[in-house]
Amino acid sequence: MATTDKEVNELIKREYEHGFVTEIEAETFEPGLNEDVIARLSAIKNEPKWMLEWRLKAYRRWLEMDEPDWAHVGYPKIDYNSISYYSAPKRKEDMPQSLDEVDPELLKTYEKLGIPLHEREKLAGVAVDAVFDSVSVATTFKEPLAKAGVIFCSISEAIRDYPELVQKYLGSVVPAGDNFFAGLNSAVFSDGTFVYVPKGVRCPMELSTYFRINAANTGQFERTLIVADEGSYVSYLEGCTAPMRDENQLHAAVVELVALDDAQIKYSTVQNWYPGDENGKGGIYNFVTKRGACIGKNSKISWTQVETGSAVTWKYPSCVLRGENSVGEFYSVALTHNYQQADTGTKMIHMGKNTRSTIISKGISAGKSSNAYRGLVKFGPGAEGARNFTQCDSLLIGDRCGAHTFPYIESKNKSAIVEHEATTSKVSDEQMFLCRQRGIDPEQAVSMIVNGFCKEVFKELPMEFAVEAGKLLEVSLEGSVG
Amino acid sequence: MLSIKNLHASVEGKEILKGINLDVKAGEVHAIMGPNGSGKSTLSQVLAGNEAFDVTDGSITLNGENLLELETEERAREGIFLAFQYPVEIPGVSNLQFLRTAVNAMRTHKGEEEMNAAEFMKLAKEVSKQVDLDPSFLKRGVNEGFSGGEKKRNEIMQALLLQPQLAILDETDSGLDIDALKVVSDGVNALRSDDRAILMVTHYQRLLNHIVPDYVHVLAGGKIIKSGGRELALELEEKGYGWLGIKDEDAATDAAN
Ligand SMILES: Nc1ncnc2c1ncn2[C@@H]1O[C@H](COP(=O)(O)OP(=O)(O)O)[C@@H](O)[C@H]1O
Ligand SMILES: [Mg+2]
Repeated sequence: MATTDKEVNELIKREYEHGFVTEIEAETFEPGLNEDVIARLSAIKNEPKWMLEWRLKAYRRWLEMDEPDWAHVGYPKIDYNSISYYSAPKRKEDMPQSLDEVDPELLKTYEKLGIPLHEREKLAGVAVDAVFDSVSVATTFKEPLAKAGVIFCSISEAIRDYPELVQKYLGSVVPAGDNFFAGLNSAVFSDGTFVYVPKGVRCPMELSTYFRINAANTGQFERTLIVADEGSYVSYLEGCTAPMRDENQLHAAVVELVALDDAQIKYSTVQNWYPGDENGKGGIYNFVTKRGACIGKNSKISWTQVETGSAVTWKYPSCVLRGENSVGEFYSVALTHNYQQADTGTKMIHMGKNTRSTIISKGISAGKSSNAYRGLVKFGPGAEGARNFTQCDSLLIGDRCGAHTFPYIESKNKSAIVEHEATTSKVSDEQMFLCRQRGIDPEQAVSMIVNGFCKEVFKELPMEFAVEAGKLLEVSLEGSVG
Repeated sequence: MLSIKNLHASVEGKEILKGINLDVKAGEVHAIMGPNGSGKSTLSQVLAGNEAFDVTDGSITLNGENLLELETEERAREGIFLAFQYPVEIPGVSNLQFLRTAVNAMRTHKGEEEMNAAEFMKLAKEVSKQVDLDPSFLKRGVNEGFSGGEKKRNEIMQALLLQPQLAILDETDSGLDIDALKVVSDGVNALRSDDRAILMVTHYQRLLNHIVPDYVHVLAGGKIIKSGGRELALELEEKGYGWLGIKDEDAATDAAN
């Protein structure tokens, strides 16, 4: 035991790379939530009346809802009136028309995070929507995308410029009454990304949103809506970071995906919110509802997530497989350490004939963390010939952490088939000794072993992100050896 | 090169090595023989620095440097290589990635430039052929689903890649059929050189027909009870361990076979 124990004790020490704060003048609402706050939020965003009404309806509904307590996580009760629901960098007039008008402090922030927004240095082949606290500050590559007919803009812009599309699809996958955090988000969401890919169009580049929480005492409530029309394809990436602060901050997002006939959406997340310090102080509460609806036949939605950040994660990217032959996929790596808690997994709801789903979940726990997989596979009466394959693997580093698996299966169709495999393993002393005997640093060895464990998921990520994700795990496991 | 003096080591409070003395010079091949449970693997693991074993007395030096003060990975970078009796699997980590990481760790230590993926691939392919492993094994997870013989050949391939100063081969011959034994022996013979020493740990003498040792030592009950030239191995084959007053049921059955 000697080797690994020592390494694990050291594993707790790691540095969060993105913990800096941007000094920028911001317009921030006083903490508190009521109908006036929502009206002000809607007004500041120049929203049409229908949007305000939609929000208020959601708010009234939310007031009657209870915070869920079934997840395998524990955190002090959140006072929703102590949170500020809007914070945005101050700017001169309206939205910046071009990147030249974006505050240089903001550009610097994103540069520091490795997301240059400037024309000259933009990430090759990846269009970025940069969301800073409550607002989208910049969107790159708008013109080439527009040429292809792809709409890629902030959700606030979409509400103003594409009201029919937004009204048709917003809340169609995750209704305001779906759950407590989705209800809250529907009432107060401040920004996020909107994507529409028209019929038959293969989106010419990767789309991405980079979420940054900066202000203290604010929640980030973003809303993302992606609609892939018949026969279209889009790959979307999402990244997130936040400064190190001693207080916990709430991030309650809703993501809705809609795939029509023969359309395909690939949604990848690298979540690296501030996880709190080694004593469990601070960090983001990441309570997120992500759901995709395969409403068309032969459509496909894939979720790939690499979750390394946040103090508490509550997140179940799901697929509702309505269309005949539609396919849902969920590939997940969730790493927890120190006092992090993650309750994450997916729901695959099979409604249509011959629908298929695949779930590959890799949970890694280190330190005193707790890591739970929670998955539901459900077959409705119409799910003739539907099938699911689930594989849940847990890897433990040290012996003070926990891994839990909660698979639920509900079937109303006898012809549906489920296969479930689960394993739990440890980074063994023998593996560590082999690596070290070959001259490899213990720290590098742990990271190599963990990366190997995650391989099936990493290969689903777009190239740039796969490299990023591997590095992120390395950083997350840094200081693992003494 | 290697000097072991009065080495005592224990595991979980139980003393296994009870005063080992051994001197190995560059260019020499030493065979360590002995019945099962005599402490051969323990000696190999202690030399490589496995922290599961406690060294309670004695010293080990490599070129005059105190090995006991070095971590496992530091010893490896000083040129100690252990071919494991039971190589462990590392699922999902490709052999190629593992080997390149190891080779580059050594190179960095020596102040040499790291090898890029393409260069390494070329080298690894050549070496894999030398031990008759299909290059497809490079892409597979480390030892993942390898047969016993393939694991052993994989170990020798690593020795050939890492070019150690002192190669310790722990029962690299066990579980091999005649053809595989030949391949592995050829690999080991290719390792022989004037500036390298080889410590061959084996239960059986048959390996010594292929790799002729300069010295043979018999380990029993945690001590070296007899040393000699290669004729000692032949004598052991003929008479079994019983001849030295050691009980060894396995050896008796081997002799009968
Ligand atoms: N990790 C361990 N824990 C407890 N006992 C061990 C361990 N490793 C070896 N031993 C014991 O030490 C003795 C010597 O074992 P070993 O060195 O493997 O012998 P050999 O390789 O010569 O067969 C045996 O009695 C064995 O059971
Ligand atoms: Mg042995």
